[in-house]
Amino acid sequence: MGRPVLTIQNLSTSFRIQGEYYAAVDDVHLEVRKNEVLAIVGESGSGKSALALSIMGLHNMQQTKVEGHIDFQNQNLLDLSLKQLNQIRGKEIGMIFQDPMTALNPLATIGAQIEEPMKYHMKELSKRDRKLHALELLRRVGIRNEERVYNQYPHELSGGMRQRVVIAIALACDPVLLIADEPTTALDVTIQAQIMDLMKALQSEMDSGIILITHDLGVVAEMADRVAVMYAGQIVEIAEVTKLIRNPLHPYTRSLLNSLPSHTGGKERLHVIDGVVPALQNLERSGCRFAPRIAWIPESAHHENPTLEEVEPNHFVRCTCYQHFYFPEEKEGEMNDVTT
Amino acid sequence: MIQFILRRSLVMIPQLILLSIIVFFLASAMPGDAVTGAFQNNPNVSPEQEEKIREKFGLNDPWYQQYGRWVSKALQGDLGMSYTHKQPVTVLLKDRLSNTLLLAGVTLLVTYLIAIPLGIIAGRWQDSWADKLIVTYNYVSFATPMFVFALLMLFVFSFQLGWFPIGGSVDIRAEGGTFDYYISKVKHLVLPVLSGALLMTYSTIQYLRNDIIDTKFKDFVKTARAKGVPENHVYTRHILRNSLLPIASFLGYEITGLIGGSIFIETIFSYPGLGQLFLNSIMLRDFQVVTALVMISGAAVIVGTMLSDIILSIVDPRIRID
Repeated sequence: MGRPVLTIQNLSTSFRIQGEYYAAVDDVHLEVRKNEVLAIVGESGSGKSALALSIMGLHNMQQTKVEGHIDFQNQNLLDLSLKQLNQIRGKEIGMIFQDPMTALNPLATIGAQIEEPMKYHMKELSKRDRKLHALELLRRVGIRNEERVYNQYPHELSGGMRQRVVIAIALACDPVLLIADEPTTALDVTIQAQIMDLMKALQSEMDSGIILITHDLGVVAEMADRVAVMYAGQIVEIAEVTKLIRNPLHPYTRSLLNSLPSHTGGKERLHVIDGVVPALQNLERSGCRFAPRIAWIPESAHHENPTLEEVEPNHFVRCTCYQHFYFPEEKEGEMNDVTT
Repeated sequence: MIQFILRRSLVMIPQLILLSIIVFFLASAMPGDAVTGAFQNNPNVSPEQEEKIREKFGLNDPWYQQYGRWVSKALQGDLGMSYTHKQPVTVLLKDRLSNTLLLAGVTLLVTYLIAIPLGIIAGRWQDSWADKLIVTYNYVSFATPMFVFALLMLFVFSFQLGWFPIGGSVDIRAEGGTFDYYISKVKHLVLPVLSGALLMTYSTIQYLRNDIIDTKFKDFVKTARAKGVPENHVYTRHILRNSLLPIASFLGYEITGLIGGSIFIETIFSYPGLGQLFLNSIMLRDFQVVTALVMISGAAVIVGTMLSDIILSIVDPRIRID
């Protein structure tokens, strides 16, 4: 493991809803190291994307409050002016967005959009060098007819091709940190696999840290070194990927893994986690936030004020409920065993 | 690109033919004709004499014959004689057309010069005091009738303060081509242009403001910010280009509005343009002039929409036809 590239401490991101601020990211601590892929998983509404946008300072600041520390290259990103932040965005930190259909400017050519970050961060490059670099980037992300694509507009490309372009933009200035916010969610399954293969190939040839935000646990198992599981704005479990998948502890992590269809499994119903992540205004902020969705676990099993605890070396879990957690169907199964 | 412009221009031909038929038909359906217009209340002309004149000018022929005659002559640059002015219509139109084109062109330019910066300010700094001020101006200008505002401008700046001439398009003492002549032209333009432009800005401001507010948190703008593009460039290079699309498509509509508005403006400022002539010609049943004028304003709308299409196809690659 390399040295940390990014250290997040006490990060809270709150959105204003009808005059009140509600935290969508709540007291998050994280570390991304060099050459490491840190995956952040969770359902929609768990705060993963809000976290990513906070690092880049991309929230609508009239509606959002971001507090805490995001330490990157010996400075707190939250203390920087927009001008200083612009020296880092696109140069030191690259970002890959979720939906390639909307992430590109419809009125500009692919070439112009890839060259744009170079204009601001690699001023030493001549116009010709920028073009050469852009063509090289297009080849790197697996586009073969790069000369043609260079002059095309986004609407002339397929979703998968566009996502490759978005990745090329993020890589343009060799960032130290890459944030990929659900890079495959908006794509067809076959294209998803292609893009993930590309990400893996790029990861092996770069030596930067990667934050991979996803809700696809298959992707996590394949690519990540460490995994942070988020629920309702908090990290509920964080561990190395093999540890987390072999020995998940937090009820939420276990439920997520249990919801995956297995290739070997029979025809039993797929597990679902009852309920949804509560809306920000309705979220009960004291106690275990996952408790309402595992109502069969007695209240006494939860910690009153749960914090992330290191229960095994490098394996952190929030709340004590994991020690008492079981799936209701396990119990039914046992009972069925008894009756038959 | 050139192919697109050519093809788009060809579409205009059937549009113009249809327009000319409708215009001609409507004009001949107006009650009365040039003869009743010219001789009404004149006791020295008997109905028999009127009928003779009608026969002489072919006014009793069926409409399609009159239409055919009119079109074939119009194509040779002859729009007929004005019965009231006793002058060829083309001669009558020549100076007025250039006057109106000047007035309309400058008004449109000034409208955009005011509206685009204001729209950008209001959209970018939404809910700031500047935005609130601009939105207030928008509501007031939308609600103000043009003829009331134009009269007020005339009263204050020409009559009370004496800064600008009361009417006309140029000082009659000024010699054509001299420096004073152009200065005088500009002076005569200021009030009519401002009266029109200050009230025409609302649609552009409103569209631009709303579109910028809509666009500024779109994903591709986020991408631009994530590249480290400075905020000013995010606006000029990404948001504005996209937000100007609806403005460009409304150009044709603005031109239509200008032509409608020019009747009031030109009449109030006694500006010798097409609008003023139009109003007089309708009163006098000057059939040939009215037909030519309606034809011109209809053609202006058609040309305006074509300009919109061409501008859009230059700015927006998605609607370009190769």
